Amino acid sequence: MNTELLGVIITYVLTVLLAIPLGKYIAKTIKGERTILGFMAPVERFIFKICGIDPNKEMNWKQHLKALLTINFIWFIYGFIMLITQGSLFLNPDGNPSQTPDLAFNTVISFIVNCNLQHYSGESGLTYLTQLYVVMFFQFVSAATGIAALFVLFKALRDKVTDQLGNFWVFFVQSITRLLLPLSIIVAIVLAFNGTPTSFEGKDSIVTLQGDSVQVSRGPAAGMIAIKQLGTNGGGWFGVNSAHPLENPNYFTNVVENIAILLIPIALVFALGYYLNRRKLAKVIFGVMTVGFLFILSTSVYSEIKGNPALSKMGVLQPTGSMEGKEARFGPAASALWGISTTATSNGSVNAMHDSMTPMSGAMQMLDMMINAFYGGIGVGILNYFVFLIVAVFISGLMVGRTPEFLGRKIEAKEMKIASVIALLHPLLILAGTALSSYIIVHHPEADWAVKPANWLNNPGYHGFGEMLYEYTSSAANNGSGFEGLGDNNIFWNVTTGFVLILGRFLPIVGPIAIAGILAQKKYIPESAGTLKSDSYTFGLMTFAVIVIIAALAFFPALTLGPLAEHFSLK
Amino acid sequence: MSIHRRKTHGLFEPALVNTALKQSFVKLSPRLMVKNPVMFTVEIGTLVMMLVVIYSIVTGDTNEGPLWYNISIFIVLFLTVLFANFAEAIAEARGKAQAESLRKTRQDTPAKKIFPVGEMYVNEVRVVHSSELQLGDMFECEAGDIIPMDGEIVKGIATIDESAITGESAPVIREAGGDKSSVTGGTKVLSDKIIVKVTTQPGETFLDKMIALVEGANRQKTPNEIALTILLAAFTLVFIIVCVTLKPFADYANTPITIAAFISLFVCLIPTTIGGLLSAIGIAGMDRALRANVIAKSGKAVETAGDVDTLLLDKTGTITIGNRKATHFYTANGIGEQDFVELAVLSSLADETPEGKSIIELAQAKGINKSREEDMHFINFTAETRSSGVDLKDGRKIRKGAFDAIRNMVTKHGGTVPKEVEERVKTIAANGGTPLVVALNNEAKGVIELQDIIKPGMQERFQRLRKMGVKTVMVTGDNPLTAKYIAEKAGVDDFIAEAKPEDKMNYIRKEQQTGKLVAMMGDGTNDAPALAQADVGVAMNSGTQAAKEASNMVDMDNDPTKLIEVVEIGKQLLITRGTLTTFSIANDVAKYFAIVPALFVASIPALQGLNIMNLKSPESAILSAVIFNAIIIPSLIPLALRGVEYKPIGASALLRRNLLIYGFGGIIVPFIGIKLIDLIIGFFI
Repeated sequence: MNTELLGVIITYVLTVLLAIPLGKYIAKTIKGERTILGFMAPVERFIFKICGIDPNKEMNWKQHLKALLTINFIWFIYGFIMLITQGSLFLNPDGNPSQTPDLAFNTVISFIVNCNLQHYSGESGLTYLTQLYVVMFFQFVSAATGIAALFVLFKALRDKVTDQLGNFWVFFVQSITRLLLPLSIIVAIVLAFNGTPTSFEGKDSIVTLQGDSVQVSRGPAAGMIAIKQLGTNGGGWFGVNSAHPLENPNYFTNVVENIAILLIPIALVFALGYYLNRRKLAKVIFGVMTVGFLFILSTSVYSEIKGNPALSKMGVLQPTGSMEGKEARFGPAASALWGISTTATSNGSVNAMHDSMTPMSGAMQMLDMMINAFYGGIGVGILNYFVFLIVAVFISGLMVGRTPEFLGRKIEAKEMKIASVIALLHPLLILAGTALSSYIIVHHPEADWAVKPANWLNNPGYHGFGEMLYEYTSSAANNGSGFEGLGDNNIFWNVTTGFVLILGRFLPIVGPIAIAGILAQKKYIPESAGTLKSDSYTFGLMTFAVIVIIAALAFFPALTLGPLAEHFSLK
Repeated sequence: MSIHRRKTHGLFEPALVNTALKQSFVKLSPRLMVKNPVMFTVEIGTLVMMLVVIYSIVTGDTNEGPLWYNISIFIVLFLTVLFANFAEAIAEARGKAQAESLRKTRQDTPAKKIFPVGEMYVNEVRVVHSSELQLGDMFECEAGDIIPMDGEIVKGIATIDESAITGESAPVIREAGGDKSSVTGGTKVLSDKIIVKVTTQPGETFLDKMIALVEGANRQKTPNEIALTILLAAFTLVFIIVCVTLKPFADYANTPITIAAFISLFVCLIPTTIGGLLSAIGIAGMDRALRANVIAKSGKAVETAGDVDTLLLDKTGTITIGNRKATHFYTANGIGEQDFVELAVLSSLADETPEGKSIIELAQAKGINKSREEDMHFINFTAETRSSGVDLKDGRKIRKGAFDAIRNMVTKHGGTVPKEVEERVKTIAANGGTPLVVALNNEAKGVIELQDIIKPGMQERFQRLRKMGVKTVMVTGDNPLTAKYIAEKAGVDDFIAEAKPEDKMNYIRKEQQTGKLVAMMGDGTNDAPALAQADVGVAMNSGTQAAKEASNMVDMDNDPTKLIEVVEIGKQLLITRGTLTTFSIANDVAKYFAIVPALFVASIPALQGLNIMNLKSPESAILSAVIFNAIIIPSLIPLALRGVEYKPIGASALLRRNLLIYGFGGIIVPFIGIKLIDLIIGFFI
């Protein structure tokens, strides 16, 4: 048991140690300083040239958002057409069929928004062509979109009055060429050498010791698995994701993949400190996120190691903790760490069945996604945090007797309006979605869909409620992991979660960028003794309180009816 | 002038409470309630509960819970709305009471209007009603007359009793020309006769504006208040979503929830505490400024004062007491001290300046008295000689003046000024003093040191301002050397020496360009542009009309240090809003733990585990939470009206302190309160 805990601690510490230099490197890249990947410059110049992009043209926040939304819309069209025609296209050795329009709608959106809520199974639902040129392509570009949006925020927070916030295309291309691609290559090589397939051949067939003949899916998987971890995407090559022995062969790859989940989200926090030259601010932000993360993590790890109380009551000893739905090669502690890492960062890949975890772990995973800012998704995690921070700045600014200001900019009604809408959006999407599905189950159980509402839930009762709550939380947070056990491949779930995905992705990007863009044009007020320092630990505490209260308060009744009711019933 | 406090009303004077109670009901009108989104939703909730009660009575249906329980919830919700209305009404009533005392002075008074072309004479004086006076009209006032309108004295000088506005009973002198020419309607002439030109339209006099402001008629929401209202509306919306979606959730879980429980949960969760007190806090802020005898032209001005980064203060009268005083006699050229002091006194006998008088006072303290004699020939100060003095009949010629004036005189007569005099002069100047050299028969005999006396307590005040993050700037006509010395001694952060009116203006502009907010106080017409440029301009009531027009606050006490108080009032206003918001939201944690288990425990008994307060029954839990939610509003009215205390301990320390008291306290208090109420209710059910 101690070795398992040690494994968790080592994985986490190693992640932070790697994130610090990476953060410094990212900051240097945005500043345009020389880095070891300077040799990518010609490649970038080539891309800009064929796309007709002038990399020196600076954009204001509106132009940034226009570029971001336009390119995302183009990808949507492209992906949708590919998925509904994939069955008749090339690179399809297993002869998989095309997707239905509602499934394709859900799939494209979920990959564009960096969510990867898979209502299909990779082995049979996609072809090698769409795995590589739709799914994996989106995994790169959606992560890069998040990073580029964050870079706009970075530029806006400098102590300079300006509306010139850098060039979106430069941010976007460089986050791929200088960050995502190189790191993915490293991770992919590690995985390939540990047994993850990288082959274009179709299914292999083996004869097991029992004498059964088994078809084993494979494909060029290692590269995609690397980016799905690094880019907080989460959509695996295989249906069961990183619980699959080929997607995540051993404890070592598990550590590497887990580091890959957290690495860039944490590094971006440090990058903020290095770029703005406000290391203390980055430290405080990291501190707040880490305290939250570790609290949620330890609750989950404790709960998994302790085992299922219902089994204990029957007198069953659980010396290895709660093993239901877990891979024996990882064990409960590493599975809990993964479960919390993947929900904290809006990654969504899994190495165990979240549906089978103890109710407390389920609650913690949902809480992670409801908050969605304890590290958070790549780029967007900090954008979410920024909204909480603005609310915290406002309340605490009043508490010290000054018109609230953040990094020298006054926070006024307009910014509060945007921040309020964004803070409202998350509970609205999750609660309204869950309410809608609950309503349909109660009032229209026999609706004529691919899966009848009455059959949606594998587990009725509190756990079933948790499954629905988890699905919408995962969608709104652009996480993509599923509680599973939910019959979600039908028009209702494909369409409703699809819309939740779009809103949950783009509004939380548009809002913070708008706030930052407006702030950047405001007069810069130098600090005085009366100014509230946003890099003090007291202010960190305030932000933490705002995050906990907004998330906890809005979701408390829902969590009570789901995992909490289940937890107390098991006792 | 000492800082005078207007007569203050007790927080809950019976007369005020009566009016406020009446107003609480008047304010129930939805048209008024809708301005406060938080309390408006509570009112709707109350209305729904009323329908539920009526329905239960008519049909006898108890599906929505027992009748006594629904009635109790209805009453408590109704009280919640009333309490919030009462908070606003009592703040307004306090303002109105102030206004009433002002209005008495504004009653229609007879005015002696001067008609340039009268019926019989030129400049004929006829008595008209004060309301008939128009902008530009002239009127005259004699001893015993009440001044009918705001205006500017064009002729004459008078002592005036301004106690009706300032509360200060000592009469003040107002005279034509200069910076003390304006008079306010409602004040009384005590002596002499003045001719005044009306400077305002009827109905727009100072008093009218003041009454309107105090009564809250012109109260507009300040930018911070608007932003806070948005945030509170967002919190309200979140909880609307929470409560509405709870219905299908509960249906799914087969847990019927009564309407009363829904509405209670909602009302408890939305920030009713701050929502109910928000406008009271704003009105009380204006009221506090008024009680400090400062009239703000808008609530925004008071709020901005709290944000001020730079404060411009005149040296004379603000930092130092009005004039320099003689502090030392230094002899030279071998003359005895006694003799030198005598010379100094003789030279100052005819000197009517405060400096001259202070020389005589200092000599008196040393036991030397001299008086004017017939045959003394006094030489007056002229700009040319820059010295003054006396020729005695024994032929002694005594002169007193600035060092270079005396040196010129001495060298012209072939003499030299001794080294010791020159050095002494330098030392005095370097120490911020003003040296005056005294010469006898064209021979320098010694130096008198004049010093600025810094007002007692100023150093501490500047210290306090620095801790608030406010930079203080001293404005003076002195030379840079003297200015620097006094600035250091008083502890101000910066100074403008040899200041001309445009220097102030430039300094303000420069500070504003770096993003700072600047406040200044002024009285003269030449201050007007700078007062208008400053973010917070405070004019003295004794100042000219132009200065008052250009400023956004007027200080009735004419107290130059009042700015410091204004800054604190502004900060207090924001702090009160911030802390009560925090308190209100932090309260929700305990309310959740009271209500949520109560909602579900009937059908999910396991959730008893969440009932950490161990409340008696679901009904008592919900009732306790709603009652706590209601009574916290009136309990905080005194705090809202008085304002949360401001301590200049630095922003982070202040945040820590307020977070501990109102954040942490806000989490703990309701746990205790709800439990106590539950225990009490437990006796009845």
